[in-house]
Amino acid sequence: MRLSKKDLLAISELQKEEIELILSTAVTFKEVLGRDIKKVPTLRGKTVVNLFFEPSTRTRTSFELAAKRLSADCINISSSSSSLTKGESLLDTAKNIEAMQADIIILRHSSSGTPALLARHLKSSIINAGDGTHEHPSQGLLDLFTIQEKKGTIAGLRVVIVGDILHSRVARSDIYGLKKMGAEVEIVGPPAMIPQSSDQWKVTTRYDLDKAVVGADVIILLRLQLERQGKGFFPTLREYARLYGLNASRLAKANSGVLVMHPGPINRGVEISSDVADGLSSVILDQVTNGVAVRMAILYLLSGQSHE
Amino acid sequence: MKKIILDPPEIARIITRISHEILEKNRGFKGIALVGIQTGGVFLANRIHQKIQEIDSVSVPLGELDITLYRDDLGLKKVGTPTADVPTIKTTSIPFDLTGLSVVLVDDVLFTGRTIRAAMDGLIDFGRPKQIQLAVLIDRGHRELPIRADFVGKNLPTAHNEKVEVRWKESGDDDYVCVINNEEGNP
Repeated sequence: MRLSKKDLLAISELQKEEIELILSTAVTFKEVLGRDIKKVPTLRGKTVVNLFFEPSTRTRTSFELAAKRLSADCINISSSSSSLTKGESLLDTAKNIEAMQADIIILRHSSSGTPALLARHLKSSIINAGDGTHEHPSQGLLDLFTIQEKKGTIAGLRVVIVGDILHSRVARSDIYGLKKMGAEVEIVGPPAMIPQSSDQWKVTTRYDLDKAVVGADVIILLRLQLERQGKGFFPTLREYARLYGLNASRLAKANSGVLVMHPGPINRGVEISSDVADGLSSVILDQVTNGVAVRMAILYLLSGQSHE
Repeated sequence: MKKIILDPPEIARIITRISHEILEKNRGFKGIALVGIQTGGVFLANRIHQKIQEIDSVSVPLGELDITLYRDDLGLKKVGTPTADVPTIKTTSIPFDLTGLSVVLVDDVLFTGRTIRAAMDGLIDFGRPKQIQLAVLIDRGHRELPIRADFVGKNLPTAHNEKVEVRWKESGDDDYVCVINNEEGNP
């Protein structure tokens, strides 16, 4: 088995078998992370570049750690310290990085489609670490991995995704991945934050969280992007928390053994109450742990194959 | 052309002999551990483990090791296979501390020695064994590294293009060792 493309741009482009390959490979890397020496020499001599044009703690650190655990060399470039502030175009920056023999470039950018642009022009493998409102495939894959690890399977589960679906690339990656793996997906949020195009995903849309949580096996909360506050998507934070925040009384209506997930960073008291975030159902920190294993699997599968 | 080299009773006798040799060399079962290399070596290690249990009524520590992450040919193009598959990683499980133990690495076929090199690198990531020994069912020659087995089931001179196939009961067949001659149609 191998991945069919040199890049990982979107879960919507992956076949179910490719998702399964990534998830099963990640299981073996999770074992490596449990050892005393959490490092293997697999990608010795490979170079991985983190090219981040948006703030990130989790994703960048997770990719960096994944690369280092595989013995690859890892370099971080962030927008503020790069030549883009001198007016160099993204493509030129990326071509220069490739000219330094980078094998894998991990890109986060505020414009949807920029990873695809680099993938077309460069021979290096490109991994999308979040592009605009398009996709965040590694997050989607680690969510699938966490659900499969905790529940044993993904097919047939009722998964509710709550929040700002309109602006969320995590939601898109989750929806594509969950549907391909056979889960039943519901999206919930304020009407202004549900995209008109949501019909194409073949998911159930609701506006009432109290009804949606009934019988849920997994609840995925999205970060309320506070930077969008005041743009008319919702009246006040307090109202959002009252209508769409997950608290203990709402959680009690879900199925027993429900998983509460969140891609982070969490806004305590807004989309999630503190007791739920720290409660027994929460697997938010497991997601972070699993993120490293899943990203090791992605790096391994992309560099293990000889393309061209 | 496929030629049978060892049949089930012969393989059983070899396992009995290797088990006795391991106990003899190490002066008993104390301080030894068995680690099978995925996948054929795991089956052989299990059999040796059973046999030692029959001989000395003791269960020595037993582990399994996958060497994929320690290979030296990852991402290298093999001639004629431009879209080589990425090797599937199998289970590694060493549920004991191997520091201070004499670890017997177990594999079915010893060929270039590269697998054993990778396995030794892998083992050392789990601790500092007192000694690493090597037990194989078949030594077919053509070494590319300075590696030698301590316990050999059968020395089998082969041509480089021949294939040695070891089948195990555990993977749904009977125990057999065959040599397949590549020039006669078997890819």
